[in-house]
Amino acid sequence: MNYALFLIISGIFINNFILSQFLGICPFLGVSKKIETALGMGIAVIFVMGIASVVTYGLNLLLVIAGIEYLRTMVFILVIAALIQILEVVLKKFMPSLYSALGVYLPLITTNCAVLGVAIMNITSLAQQSVLYAFLNGVASGAGFTIAILLLAGIREKIETSDIPKPFQGFPITLITAAIMAMSFAAFASLMF
Amino acid sequence: MKDRFKGVIEPFSNGIVKNNPTFRLVLGTCPTLAITTAALNGLTMGLATTFVLICSNFLISLLRNVIPDKVRIPAYVMIIAAFVTVVDMVMAKFLPDLHKTLGLYIPLIVVNCIIMARAEAFSNQNAPLPSVMDGLGTGIGFTLALTVMGIIREFLGAGSFFGIEIPYLSNYAMTIFIMPAGAFFVYGFLIVLFNAAVDAIQKKIDAKSAGQKHHVLHAESAEPEAANNEGGAE
Repeated sequence: MNYALFLIISGIFINNFILSQFLGICPFLGVSKKIETALGMGIAVIFVMGIASVVTYGLNLLLVIAGIEYLRTMVFILVIAALIQILEVVLKKFMPSLYSALGVYLPLITTNCAVLGVAIMNITSLAQQSVLYAFLNGVASGAGFTIAILLLAGIREKIETSDIPKPFQGFPITLITAAIMAMSFAAFASLMF
Repeated sequence: MKDRFKGVIEPFSNGIVKNNPTFRLVLGTCPTLAITTAALNGLTMGLATTFVLICSNFLISLLRNVIPDKVRIPAYVMIIAAFVTVVDMVMAKFLPDLHKTLGLYIPLIVVNCIIMARAEAFSNQNAPLPSVMDGLGTGIGFTLALTVMGIIREFLGAGSFFGIEIPYLSNYAMTIFIMPAGAFFVYGFLIVLFNAAVDAIQKKIDAKSAGQKHHVLHAESAEPEAANNEGGAE
């Protein structure tokens, strides 16, 4: 139980996926122009990472039994891509309101390295002990991603209206903003328990 | 002869400067930020990615008329994943230390958007040889970017150069540069510098070639297929 709590705090603050692990930087930079789109992306990521964690955890057990762990990368990426497709169809049919909210962001998640990253992390780190830990790790990491992207979107909306030197416009100023955010998140590293 | 040569050279040079994946297109940012704490890590990661890029570009280009358009993305992903698995296994066997340092980020080459972007934008419409050159150019561009970032971060953050400690300097290392915050910071400033430099050079070339415009127009109308497709960016 103690470890479950640790996973949640660590996923959100200490080992924040974006600001200390650098996973999922592409959507972090790409979809963070507006708070609404950032929120949509964040929720989609939490959703997919939670489900993908459980599915890939189970699949890995099968791979180990069959003795073909070296096919892990290929199997995982294919399963994640398929999973997102299935999720899209299921959501469209049964939860149309959620589907229209997540809509555009779902297919984009296939190339989000955070999902494959958490799947591999789940079977190499301490979280491999149980499927519950894997699930918690996925959801907490997704929540960390959401918090980071929301914070950045809030700052970028303000930056938009300010006067920035021309070479710094666009990606550079966003990266420097992220640097300052990472600096403040580094303080969480001292949260030892 | 010269025109034919150009069709091979242009994708190569474009990948390094004009379409530099790291500084111009801002693709594949995850490994760029994550593993450049040391110059050697950056170099290794760049070379591993280059290998995958060349192989996947070659294979996708060979199969470009075979793969149905509707399932091309899953097909590309599988091709890329297969080569990444090869890299992963070879490194685990021959470079166990580096394999351990880069860890998670080796299997994550699969989702490096540079590789997918080149497959989509170049190798599924071009012959194998230009595709290989495009992969090589883009790969070298990526490797150079990662190595430069690694050198800067290692120099400032640890006071060493490719793992060799620089006397005196290592006592005044600024650890912030090998921490995550330093990665974002260095990357941001390098994009600014690179773009400023390339734009300045481009302006000079344009000014120079303005005088010879008639020649260029003739050469280009003779060989329309040499037109390189731009915009691998998302």
